[in-house]
Amino acid sequence: MRVNLQEQKSTASSSLLKKNVRKFMRNKLAVIGLFVVVLMTIACIIGAIAGVDYNTPVLTEMKKAPGNGHLFGTDTIGRDLFARVLIGGCYSILIGVFCAVLSSVIGAVLGAVAGFFGGKTDAILVRVSEIFQAFPQLVLVMMLVAIVNKRGLTNLLFIFVVTGWMTTFRMVRNEYMSLKGETYVKVCEAFGMSGNNIMFKQILPNVMSPIIVSTTTNVAFFILQEASLSFIGLGVADSTPTWGNILNAAKSISIVTDQWWIWVFPGLAISLFVLAINFLGDGLRDVLDAKQQ
Amino acid sequence: MTTDKKEVIFRIKDLRTWFPITKGMFKKVVGHVKAVDGVSLDVYRGETIGIVGESGCGKSTFGKTAMMLEKPTSGEVLYCYDGEFKDITKFNKEEMFEFRKKVQMVFQDPYSALNPQKKIYSSFEEPLKVHGMTDQKEREATMEKVLKMVNIQPDYLMRYPHEFSGGQRQRLCIARALEVMPEVLICDEPVSALDVSIQAQVLNLMKEIQKEMNLTYLFIAHDLSVVQYMSDRIVVMYLGKIVEIADSTALYEEPLHPYTKALLSAIPVADIHIKKERQILEGEVPSPIHKPNGCPFHNRCPKCMEICKTKEPDMVHYGAEGHMVACHLYKNEEMDGEKEA
Repeated sequence: MRVNLQEQKSTASSSLLKKNVRKFMRNKLAVIGLFVVVLMTIACIIGAIAGVDYNTPVLTEMKKAPGNGHLFGTDTIGRDLFARVLIGGCYSILIGVFCAVLSSVIGAVLGAVAGFFGGKTDAILVRVSEIFQAFPQLVLVMMLVAIVNKRGLTNLLFIFVVTGWMTTFRMVRNEYMSLKGETYVKVCEAFGMSGNNIMFKQILPNVMSPIIVSTTTNVAFFILQEASLSFIGLGVADSTPTWGNILNAAKSISIVTDQWWIWVFPGLAISLFVLAINFLGDGLRDVLDAKQQ
Repeated sequence: MTTDKKEVIFRIKDLRTWFPITKGMFKKVVGHVKAVDGVSLDVYRGETIGIVGESGCGKSTFGKTAMMLEKPTSGEVLYCYDGEFKDITKFNKEEMFEFRKKVQMVFQDPYSALNPQKKIYSSFEEPLKVHGMTDQKEREATMEKVLKMVNIQPDYLMRYPHEFSGGQRQRLCIARALEVMPEVLICDEPVSALDVSIQAQVLNLMKEIQKEMNLTYLFIAHDLSVVQYMSDRIVVMYLGKIVEIADSTALYEEPLHPYTKALLSAIPVADIHIKKERQILEGEVPSPIHKPNGCPFHNRCPKCMEICKTKEPDMVHYGAEGHMVACHLYKNEEMDGEKEA
């Protein structure tokens, strides 16, 4: 019997991917998570592209309950809440994704260097990460707001990235320390490959899955962080809607009791998105993390 | 060995690899694990030199140090570049990089020697790329050539390592090492992780490749029958030192060192009617951190004398040509003035 080699070639190379996709599809929660995340992100982006009006106060329409042309009702100065939740979602998701990706990149690079080279480099980097970890984030935010004298998006992004890379750093460092001893790394050394090549081209693909998983869950973490900082009024400036900023209005008792829609919808958006991201992260972990298989 | 004129390709002089043991916050060195402790050895072009010894005697470390994967504490490793010896321990980065093409290594564990996330194709391509083969066609031709040598179909290149059996993986590892056309192949227990049936297959393959490419093998193993099958000369190591060097036949027919005798008596024979006289060694291998004074073997040696406890024996010629042993039982024979250590 002759086997079609070309065919075999293509099936062999994609079999791993197919297997992983099938495995992911079997996890119902993860699929739902992915669906919700994609749906909410697309909705927010469409809202932004369509240019919905989220910033014009209409004083006659103040504190209107849902219905009557306002799907989620209006807020305390008569802005459409549905539009605000959509645009706020854009900012919140942007903050979450941007910070998660950037802090993962920083953590991964530093962790790779620390774990691969070991010795003094490692000791110094670990100490630095401990110092960063010991520093209260809230104080940093307040300091920066005081120094720059402005509450802005960039402030928040900067602080989140600076204080958020340590968990990835530790994880990547530990992975590198154990993978460094694998024989294939020795083989690369025997071929005279450079440290950079071994670190990023040979070992990194093997650390990629935990990094992807932790980045995913970090997105949720940063969205929550932004929401809580904005809620207490230290986050993004009021003019920019984020889910946390919209919630900010719910600080007054009368709104909590009488205008439930003002806090329920943005709250729901945060909870739903974070929950979905976490399901998605768990699903990815099951598929990608070889140690659990 | 078949050729009459022996050309030395690798000359190792008094090589020591000590690993420091550190303690406390300031990494104070409190001692050393003397994994390789004063090994001298000449390796001739085209031969297979087997290195045997029990676990922890420093065979693997010796192999790694010989190609500078471990930094030696002292000693010289001279490599023959067209008749001129250069000390590779003093090489700078570029010289070292070029040297990597001369000497390659096959590792013990074929299961972790191939990057699990990469297709065989990229695992094979990277070394060629690094060593300046820029043309993709040329690279693929080389890959096909080495794969042919180890009897693996070229279209398997598109697979992942987990799709191969242990024997196939080890053959792939050998093929990869051959890509840069090395002169010396250091094999660190290449078959000990494989089934016995596969072992024979891989060993025969290695012999064929050796003939084809005129390779020199440094064959490290703990399986004595495997070493006997493969080697022209055999080196017996104990506690980081060489205790005996001899031609393969001479060593098996007429072992000199008491340790070698004990080792050889432990080879199992596949015949239930033969009653072998086993010579059982008492005690344990001493720690390589605190080595005994005198001969490292004296506390387990059945023929231990007073001098063994105080004076370390030198390598002496005894018996057949090229047979050397480090034991006080033997004195230099028919050697006039020539001394080698």
